[in-house]
Amino acid sequence: MRKTLRERLFDYGNIIILTLLSLVTLYPLLYILFASLSDPAYVAQTRGIMLAPKDFTIEAYKMVFNNPMIGISYLNTLIYVVAGTALNIILTSLGAYALSRKNVMWSNLIMFMIVFTMFFEGGLIPLYLLVNELNLIDTRWALILPTAVSAFNLIIMRTAFQGIPDSLEESARIDGANDFTILFRIVLPLSLPVVAVMVLFYGVFHWNSWFHAMIFLQDRELFPVQLILREILIANDTSSMTSGVSAVDAMPIGETVKYATIIVATVPILCLYPFLQKYFVKGVMIGGIKG
Amino acid sequence: MEKETALQLKHKSSLSKKVASFIDRVKKDFKRNKMIYLMVSPVVLYYIIFQYGPMYGLQIAFKDYSPALGFLGSPWVGFEHFKEFFNSFFFWRLLRNTILLSFYSLLFAFPAGIILALLLNEVRSRIFKRTVQTVTYMPHFVSLVVIVGILYDFTARDGVVNDILGFLFGIEPIAFMQQAEWFRTLFIGSDIWQNVGWSSIIFLAAMSNIDPSLYEAAKMDGAGRFKQMFHITLPGIMPTVVILLILLIGKFMTVGEEKILLMYNPTTYETADVIGTYVYRKGILESNFSYSAAVGLFKALIAFTLLVIANGIARKVGDTKLW
Repeated sequence: MRKTLRERLFDYGNIIILTLLSLVTLYPLLYILFASLSDPAYVAQTRGIMLAPKDFTIEAYKMVFNNPMIGISYLNTLIYVVAGTALNIILTSLGAYALSRKNVMWSNLIMFMIVFTMFFEGGLIPLYLLVNELNLIDTRWALILPTAVSAFNLIIMRTAFQGIPDSLEESARIDGANDFTILFRIVLPLSLPVVAVMVLFYGVFHWNSWFHAMIFLQDRELFPVQLILREILIANDTSSMTSGVSAVDAMPIGETVKYATIIVATVPILCLYPFLQKYFVKGVMIGGIKG
Repeated sequence: MEKETALQLKHKSSLSKKVASFIDRVKKDFKRNKMIYLMVSPVVLYYIIFQYGPMYGLQIAFKDYSPALGFLGSPWVGFEHFKEFFNSFFFWRLLRNTILLSFYSLLFAFPAGIILALLLNEVRSRIFKRTVQTVTYMPHFVSLVVIVGILYDFTARDGVVNDILGFLFGIEPIAFMQQAEWFRTLFIGSDIWQNVGWSSIIFLAAMSNIDPSLYEAAKMDGAGRFKQMFHITLPGIMPTVVILLILLIGKFMTVGEEKILLMYNPTTYETADVIGTYVYRKGILESNFSYSAAVGLFKALIAFTLLVIANGIARKVGDTKLW
């Protein structure tokens, strides 16, 4: 069918707007990449748009990787992401499976109890006092236990489990399988896309979280990388990063080190997501429409 | 007299029968679903401890909590902390900032996702559409610390934004993050930048579920692209829009507190300080536990009420509802 002039104008306008939006979204991230790879003195002087690294150098990255605090906090973040996500996935799938069964007397009550927490919560101060009371302050558990299950994710997973045909489970049951076997041998393998979504949601949450770490941890040895980033980026304290450099050089180098740290802390998660993109779109759809 | 007791007896026996049959059912259910209950018990335990535990702890809002006396031992003071909050200088400022930030994000950030979805839906080239989507989702995965860090860097006096404004329009450098009047713009603007792509996903999904024959029919009737967009696509995603709106209204009193904590400073408190950040300062930093728990409870109750009202309205207006 031939397009009218109006329709063609609409198409061109649309493409221009979306291209501009993409550029505006991408540019700040690219700027940081370029600046982190540029000569500090140049970055300190430069004005406005930067389209490529200038006087390419990886000095800033060397400093980041040689910094013990970054190393420790990076390791801590990995621990929180792996342990936290593992616990999240185990609990969420157990709960989602149990609550997706029919003919379980109390399941509606339990479901109501879970959904209610999405709308009303005790709030920050009682949670803080509870964590304090349980002696979890300044332990790694403080970052893992209070966020062990997300009601929203549990609902997404439950919806996915409900979509699996009953006949599969019935035949397994006739073969003598119990609920654990059915969950791990049949339901989970059939729900891999949803599991991938859950891993991504929980993993990103742990990777990016800083607030609980800030209120529950004082011991710097336990800090996740986001908390160190906060010192560098928000409190603008790069002193821990640039030790061993003369004060005159420290200022501009501090800037590029800042950018390099952002890249180091952000790239792993950005590398992961294009591969999981098709899954999480699915996950958002299930969660959003049924949730 | 005799008649009455007979009736009572009959009633009693039927009641005890009911109780007995109930216990029987529980026993049977437990026997059959033992493993199910075993599986769900860690989840239930989590909810009891970490979700309902803090709700139980909320009683300190009506007490003068001191760590030495504990939750139960601290003396009751009734609504004193609430009165103190309502009469404080901060009350109206916090309420105003909380409501305005929420309102602006409903007004600007929420429609942004819909508009982006509408535009993406009209793109014919799959590759272009995918590229735009991949790029616009990306900032959603960047941490708030980094986003706010970038914001500080770009809007600094010698940052990229001031450089560009100076170059194009000759505007004097502005210290954006230090000025209360810029706070809301920066907050909402960066929020849209970070989340517009992500929030468009759900609308795009809703659009893909619209019956294609509707578009065919509209074309037959001579409707152009704009008319199709307004008369088919938009009504088609309305149920999704309403559900998301209800959810957003439920979160009306919770406006990106974590982000505000990273963004604000005493010079911008005037427009930036919200109930959530005040609770953090009073409670965690100043150890004013009971008072800030009361402030937090006030916020949670308003949020809950708004949600119930929004859901009621949605129920009346259409058949979309949350429960």
